[in-house]
Amino acid sequence: MDQFLNPFDHFNVPFGVWAERALEWIVGHSRSTLLAAKVPVQSFLEFVQGSLEAIPPLVGIIAMAVIGYILEGWRLALTGLVCLTLIGLMGTWQYAMTTLSIVIAAVTICVVFGLPIGILAARSDRFFRVLRPVLDLMQTIPSFVYLVPVVMLFGIGDTPGVIVTCFFAISPLIRLTNLGIREVREDLVEAARAFGASEARTLFGTQLPLARPSILAGLNQTVLLSLSMAVVASMISVAGLGRIVLEGIGRLDFGSATVGGLGIVLTAITVDRYVQALGAARSRTRMGA
Amino acid sequence: MDDRSPEASSIECRNLWKIFGQRASEVLAAARGGKVSKDEALKEFGCVIGVADASFSVRKGEIFCIMGLSGSGKSTILRHVNRLIEPTAGSVHVDGQDVMSLSRKELRALRARKIGMVFQHMALWPHKTIAGNVAFGLEVQGAEKKECREAAEEALEKVGLRGWGHRYPDELSGGMQQRVGLARALAADPDILLMDEPFSALDPLIRRDLQDEFLALSRKAHKTTLFITHDLDEAMRVGHRIAVMKDGRIDQIGSPEAIVLRPETDYVARFVGSISTLKYLSASEIASAGNVDADAPGIGPDATLPVLIRQLANGADHLAVKDGDRLIGRIGQPEILAAVGRDLERR
Repeated sequence: MDQFLNPFDHFNVPFGVWAERALEWIVGHSRSTLLAAKVPVQSFLEFVQGSLEAIPPLVGIIAMAVIGYILEGWRLALTGLVCLTLIGLMGTWQYAMTTLSIVIAAVTICVVFGLPIGILAARSDRFFRVLRPVLDLMQTIPSFVYLVPVVMLFGIGDTPGVIVTCFFAISPLIRLTNLGIREVREDLVEAARAFGASEARTLFGTQLPLARPSILAGLNQTVLLSLSMAVVASMISVAGLGRIVLEGIGRLDFGSATVGGLGIVLTAITVDRYVQALGAARSRTRMGA
Repeated sequence: MDDRSPEASSIECRNLWKIFGQRASEVLAAARGGKVSKDEALKEFGCVIGVADASFSVRKGEIFCIMGLSGSGKSTILRHVNRLIEPTAGSVHVDGQDVMSLSRKELRALRARKIGMVFQHMALWPHKTIAGNVAFGLEVQGAEKKECREAAEEALEKVGLRGWGHRYPDELSGGMQQRVGLARALAADPDILLMDEPFSALDPLIRRDLQDEFLALSRKAHKTTLFITHDLDEAMRVGHRIAVMKDGRIDQIGSPEAIVLRPETDYVARFVGSISTLKYLSASEIASAGNVDADAPGIGPDATLPVLIRQLANGADHLAVKDGDRLIGRIGQPEILAAVGRDLERR
């Protein structure tokens, strides 16, 4: 009787074993491909990191303030100035730069892949039908669940950190690129064709410019998701602000956990404000009625 | 009057069918065999009949109106001319050339150079300046910047918007925007204009102004125009000939007078029922047989009612309607009153 009432004590699907075997099989058969895929990501990340670290903090802060002033005005300049100065004063400048370079690398890769995928999805209903459940799944999975397969496939460290961040953060960009293009007024697209524009011209001259506000909103979300993932990815030995928090928790060192957490918040505020200002500045140069 | 050879006409559609849906070919076969109504096509095949066996030709320099209610397939027909929509069956010739035989590149050149299109909701690109909008067709054909700029200025001047080139569409009122739409269609100096309910989104007064301006422009430029409208008054004002559409079929093609005075189907009759025939009646249609005095002033057979009334007001008892030397009949006050009476009864 007990067998019927509590069936799961007696029957189990060995899903974990299967997953392990499947992963082993993939790793065994495509180790070299996976490692090769890591190389360009790694060199790009090193380039970004090298560039950011080469900038002296004071120069960086002033530059950001100037950019903020140009993009929006005094408020943004002041926000950038205060946030970055606090990050420096707390002694987390280097860590923030590491986190930032992971975010920049991940977002760049997201744009390189996400934009074309989004365009393709907007142009092909069939492709979008296949893609949509995949995107739904990617957005449903909690961030740290991504870590497991990525560690198995790519190992630990900053480069796998960038890869996992990409997987986590790419879907809003794809979604909103697709949506933005689909929502461009039909007759504006038809007018382009009616006056002899080729398909490529219609896409780049009419559809993409008119979808820009939506695409930039997607980009903003991708940037913020990247930042949160770059922090969570400290669990797979990714350097930066996340690691300060993780180590602080591990050692019950409340002080350093707070410093790390505050650094993350300040970085997030800066990044969010600047990306939003970027979108607004673009749209002020006339985006549509 | 109705010249059927493709060479003499600018736009020539022959037995055009457009059926939307997966099973278009089945519907086509069934519809060609016997009549399949719009509802049957939708219920049995899940297809929508957009255009059913439409044939017409537009002569060079003519303004040809296609009139019908929404969903009658008039805009669909229009889009076959520059092949924005591919026909299910039938042929479309533009200046004797089968548009279905064109390569992509030839088709783009046709659209950019030979055909200008005006849209119902203007369809100006909000991210481009007015000049950028107007010169777009030339630009995509790789014209020099200077040529584009000059063509844009010239076209804007034609529609009375000189000096607005550097502005953006959202800085303009609806009427001005549609002038830009017209300028865009005219910029490449095309032979053919496709106008898809160009004035229907505008206020009545502005609509009337633009109709007048378009007619003035058209008389000067003499462009072959396919003009879509759901507004009978507009069709009567603008069109040299009118095609009345219902459920994808063309019910009747004829001059505005012919459509009003001699509707061929009940549908057309109902459509034009609200229109007064008085404006379109000619002397030959009003005249009655009867005694004509030798000293009665003569008048041509095409004279319209206001002309006749003016003549009679000059003191003559009646007029002699003559086609050259041949006497057609007389028109006096009884004939005029009879014509007015017939028109009132009709409505």
